[in-house]
Amino acid sequence: MTVLKTSIGRRSFLKTTALAGGGFMLSFSWLAGCKPTPETLELPKEWFELNGYLKIGENGLVTIMSPNPEIGQNVKTSMPMLVAEELDVDWKNVIVEQAPLNTTVFTRQLAGGSQSISQGWKSLRMAGATARKMLREAAAKTWQVPVDEITTEASMLYHKASGKSASYGEMASAAAGIEVPREVELKNNSDFKIIGTSRNNVDGKKIVTGQPLFGLDYRKEGMLIAMIAHPPAFGMRLKSVDDSQARNMPGIKDVFTIKTYPEDYAQQWCDVDSFPELVVVVGNTTWQVMNARKALKLEWEQFQDHEISSSTFWGTTVKIKVPRGLENSTQHTRVMTEFSSKVAKVVRKDGNPEAVFKKAAKVIERTYSAPFLAHNTMEPMNFFADVTDGKAELVGPIQTPEFMEKSVAARLGLPLEKIDIQMTRQGGGFGRRLYGHFLVEAAVISQKVKAPVKLIYTREDDMSFGVYRPAYFAKYRAALDADNNLVAFHVNAGGIPEGPLFANRFPAGAVDHYLAEEWSVPSNISVGAFRAPRSNFIAGAEQSFLDEVAEAAGKDPIQFRLDLLDRALKNPVGENNDYEAKRYAGVLELVRSKANWGEEMPNVYRGVSAYFCHDSYVAHVIDLVMENGKPRVEKVHCAVDCGIVVNPVAATNLVEGGSVDGIGHAMYSGLTFTNGTPDQNNFHQYRLIRHREAPRSIDVHFVKSDVDPTGLGEPPFPPVIGALANALYKATGKRHYQQPLLGVGITLG
Amino acid sequence: MATFNLTVNGKKQEVDVDPATPVLWVLRDHLDLVGTKFGCGIAQCGACTIHLDGTATRSCMLPVSSVGDQEITTIEGLSEKGDHPVQKAWLEHDVPQCGYCQAGQIMSAAALLKENPNPTDEQIETAMNGNICRCGTYVRIKAAVKTASKNINA
Repeated sequence: MTVLKTSIGRRSFLKTTALAGGGFMLSFSWLAGCKPTPETLELPKEWFELNGYLKIGENGLVTIMSPNPEIGQNVKTSMPMLVAEELDVDWKNVIVEQAPLNTTVFTRQLAGGSQSISQGWKSLRMAGATARKMLREAAAKTWQVPVDEITTEASMLYHKASGKSASYGEMASAAAGIEVPREVELKNNSDFKIIGTSRNNVDGKKIVTGQPLFGLDYRKEGMLIAMIAHPPAFGMRLKSVDDSQARNMPGIKDVFTIKTYPEDYAQQWCDVDSFPELVVVVGNTTWQVMNARKALKLEWEQFQDHEISSSTFWGTTVKIKVPRGLENSTQHTRVMTEFSSKVAKVVRKDGNPEAVFKKAAKVIERTYSAPFLAHNTMEPMNFFADVTDGKAELVGPIQTPEFMEKSVAARLGLPLEKIDIQMTRQGGGFGRRLYGHFLVEAAVISQKVKAPVKLIYTREDDMSFGVYRPAYFAKYRAALDADNNLVAFHVNAGGIPEGPLFANRFPAGAVDHYLAEEWSVPSNISVGAFRAPRSNFIAGAEQSFLDEVAEAAGKDPIQFRLDLLDRALKNPVGENNDYEAKRYAGVLELVRSKANWGEEMPNVYRGVSAYFCHDSYVAHVIDLVMENGKPRVEKVHCAVDCGIVVNPVAATNLVEGGSVDGIGHAMYSGLTFTNGTPDQNNFHQYRLIRHREAPRSIDVHFVKSDVDPTGLGEPPFPPVIGALANALYKATGKRHYQQPLLGVGITLG
Repeated sequence: MATFNLTVNGKKQEVDVDPATPVLWVLRDHLDLVGTKFGCGIAQCGACTIHLDGTATRSCMLPVSSVGDQEITTIEGLSEKGDHPVQKAWLEHDVPQCGYCQAGQIMSAAALLKENPNPTDEQIETAMNGNICRCGTYVRIKAAVKTASKNINA
């Protein structure tokens, strides 16, 4: 049993109550149309708020607030499950609401880094345990018995000796008057009744019936529609605007330019924005605004070299150089090839790799590359803003509401408490909505037109005004001795404008002589986090390379990795190895057994891969079959160690999706540039994986674990790319070093 | 601007709009039916799929002037209580992740099953190929279509 000091006092609970009554009433009016009411339950006449995370109705219905942004990772179900577990409530009595942004009550209201569950593991359970203790104390007081004798089960309070019992609903009013306990006990893992059981998506019914849930669905009386026009190429800025035709078109209210981030604005890391000056068209309907935008006559010009000052995620300040020029993908490839053969910045060195490479019996050298990627959330960027009377109300899809609240306050010159950000369900995130320039744009537009405004990006805007996954390059070298032992390993990795290296990850720690170097090439193309940043490339490269090294050494690829991990476990090289070798080996062993690795099947071509990121371990085996001369993914076997699995059905879905997403991006996607302009701006040019190309089946296996939960949204993505590349080699007899793996336009199945 | 008399989810609706306005924006901006989603605007992703006289149709490139007296059905009108066999199967398989594309997926699946209540895996893949799911729920979608098919035929 874990005893926790409660970190939230009565005061912050009261604060939430006050906010609940005022600050976010509007969200209720909008949500009224899609109230999360279980069909079997009536809404209570009165709610009793026991803390900021939950309130109990007199009829026993419990509302649990889900604090974090929901981007499809299913936190809106799994986070309240943690509260419900410790409250000991019957899940069918629970309704879930999206919490308002309130950093005094909730911790880390952010969707990123696959950390929502791990960071909320204690605080959410504590909220439930605190309320449960208050209910028990209320019962003890009412029945005049010692609190230790009060037990709970499924929303009921019991005193066995006297035979008394009461429902949570009956005791809610009394519990609301109990002082918040200083300490609470958390359940033992073995006593979990909700954690570890499958609970369907709390928004499922609303999703399948098309209820308004997403930012684009939001509307408010008197709301106008806004769209922006941005430079057609990275490296350009606005020169002149002729809006004479556009502003006279039907339904158009105004056309003007805005500066999202003026020159003297101190940017945060999440303010990444290549086009801080925009032309805005505001009108009555989307179609009218779309048409008027087409009628704008705009001139653009190249900007000069300049520098941006920005604070990092950790609060330090950095200067970012933005070079002038209109960049081309052919030039990017040339520059990356050149850089990869130069000496770069040494990030880690163990032993004497140069000397060992010189006397090696065999040296294998391979180079891997991948293009820029656009996030392409299915719901394009959008945000609602109503900035009036010295306050700003913002509603929409954002992964970083805590940070963007500061950005918008600074930009509008308003105090933080005058900014109200409400989180809608988000039609995908994948990292794109960490960067909220569109939220600031909406606020600036609303301030200018003095009306509620919904800013909408078209797909073309979304894809050509991106914060992309960088283009990457990695050169690997391995040295084998005469007995085919891996004796030295060298990785030289870089990118435009950031590199993908994790110097302290496997096989660092497993090889005596190891060298990791990194480089980067400045660019004016804006980049940021994309599902499993850096890992999303380097895992596939490294795991393809290790496959080739294992083959050269004449070893089974799984056994080869396990031998290295055994070395890292028993006698690690260096002290800064990021991973736990035992858990790494665990997922490989699990996938080996579940996939019957080693069993030969006719027309089945297999590849394996394993990777560690976001504190979790994932291994994949992919079975390809050849049909009509083309490879098709018949089956994906996947083993995952993410500690305790909170919600198996959703976790399995997330692993399936991450695997499909990884296969899709490795096979099809890529953004290329000609004179600074993306060559792809919609789905007729930018390919995402489709039904016909998806695996026929995916088997997901979780390692049984008592370790506190670790990340899950990102870890299944990176390794599947290695497994696919290795299986493609078996199927086609050729190694594939560049993404898209089979080349542009070649499909699976 | 011109006046159009539409039948949407069995209800007569009059709208006064530019004849070129795509049905998607008529539904979303004028009729407040936002279940039909905007994804690409060029009929490539399927998020905007509706039924036009029962046939799955992309509404983002369909001018309102071309609808005539054909009946429009949106996700909101697929069933009265959200209990169409496809919707039920979607819930049973807990298909959605972000959920944004799922209305379009469901409309495509419902149209397929109406025409072919017993589709093969290949027929499902072909009928659904125009609907992109960025979260990658394809395996679940296929399983849910098969469950719906089984229940329709039961």
